[in-house]
Amino acid sequence: MDFVDYYKILGVDKQASVEDIKKAYRKLARKLHPDLNPNDKEAHKKFQEVNEANEVLSDPEKRKKYDQYGKDWQHADQFEQAKQSRQQQPFSGSGSFGGNYGEEDFSDFFSSMFGGSGNRSQAKFKGQDYNAELQLSLRDAYTTHPKTLTVNGKNVRITIPAGVENGQVIKLKGYGAPGRNGGPAGELFITFVIASDTKFKRMGNDLYSTEEIDLYTALLGGEKIIDTLSGKIKMEVKPEVQNGTKIRLKGKGYPVYKKEGEFGDLYVTWQVKLPTNLTEKQKEIFRELSAS
Amino acid sequence: MQTELIPAKVFCASHAIEQSFIQTLFESGLIDITFIEEAPFLPAAQLEQLERIVRMYFEMDINVEGIETITHLLHSMHSMQQEMNVLKNRLRLYEPGF
Repeated sequence: MDFVDYYKILGVDKQASVEDIKKAYRKLARKLHPDLNPNDKEAHKKFQEVNEANEVLSDPEKRKKYDQYGKDWQHADQFEQAKQSRQQQPFSGSGSFGGNYGEEDFSDFFSSMFGGSGNRSQAKFKGQDYNAELQLSLRDAYTTHPKTLTVNGKNVRITIPAGVENGQVIKLKGYGAPGRNGGPAGELFITFVIASDTKFKRMGNDLYSTEEIDLYTALLGGEKIIDTLSGKIKMEVKPEVQNGTKIRLKGKGYPVYKKEGEFGDLYVTWQVKLPTNLTEKQKEIFRELSAS
Repeated sequence: MQTELIPAKVFCASHAIEQSFIQTLFESGLIDITFIEEAPFLPAAQLEQLERIVRMYFEMDINVEGIETITHLLHSMHSMQQEMNVLKNRLRLYEPGF
């Protein structure tokens, strides 16, 4: 466990007054607070350090203990004694700043010295929000299905609605960290990460795919069995179809999010595959065609 | 659809703040208040936003004008992030590994 220099984190010297500490904390909070840096994990992490430093240095009792033992952290025996006396007489808190942080947001160093996140203000605050990522394949997200996630050791069963987008975030109320002083629990934000599919490309609710047809079908027309996400279908290929021709299959695309029974379209591009390894006879026929 | 309302005085008591602060936020257009028999009530749906404002004001020492600016910028940032996400998804059509 590394020694944490709270003065350095706040950028103040050891003689700093309570007012200086408050000022330094507020300045850093304005820069790093998660409310001002949504989805910025780095800022969130730094703010936790700043918050912890403020928690200790803004409380005269905790600051005194930190000044006395903090830098000599390796003297474990002394700390153990201090810890035992703390357990008998826990800190009552300075009543200074509020915050949105649970016990898990404080370092091991803090917990060893002060035993948890402290109890600063009596104001009720909502618990910290959690963020999680859920990886899905394009085919998984095609249908509404249940999924069980484990977030911070807790099993969360959710129903994933068909048609979720890559990068889409859903909020689960009350699945974040517990609230402080009886405040409500935070939220759990789940970001869907949908992997690219080798067969289908998605743009909004529409799907795009490429299907190969041979030269003879392209010239003379015929039928082709193609893949869609809802199964295989037989398609008619018109005679003399050009390479790169795009066909729209209405309602065969991706489900529209939270609109049951509504689907986008599937666009199929014909890719004409030219024959190889021609026999002499075939070459002769092509020569004849070419000359005609 | 019915909106769940929380008495402003209950919110203020639980967050240890003055009711006049809520009034100031209402006047600046940062929050909505519904008056029932002259008593102010807050829509439950905006509690999250209100708690964020309380933190900015009391923890970070940002004044109401600053909060208005930040709220506007965060809103723009959110819209841009959504737009960026749509564009990223479109780009994946051409660069699968993106």
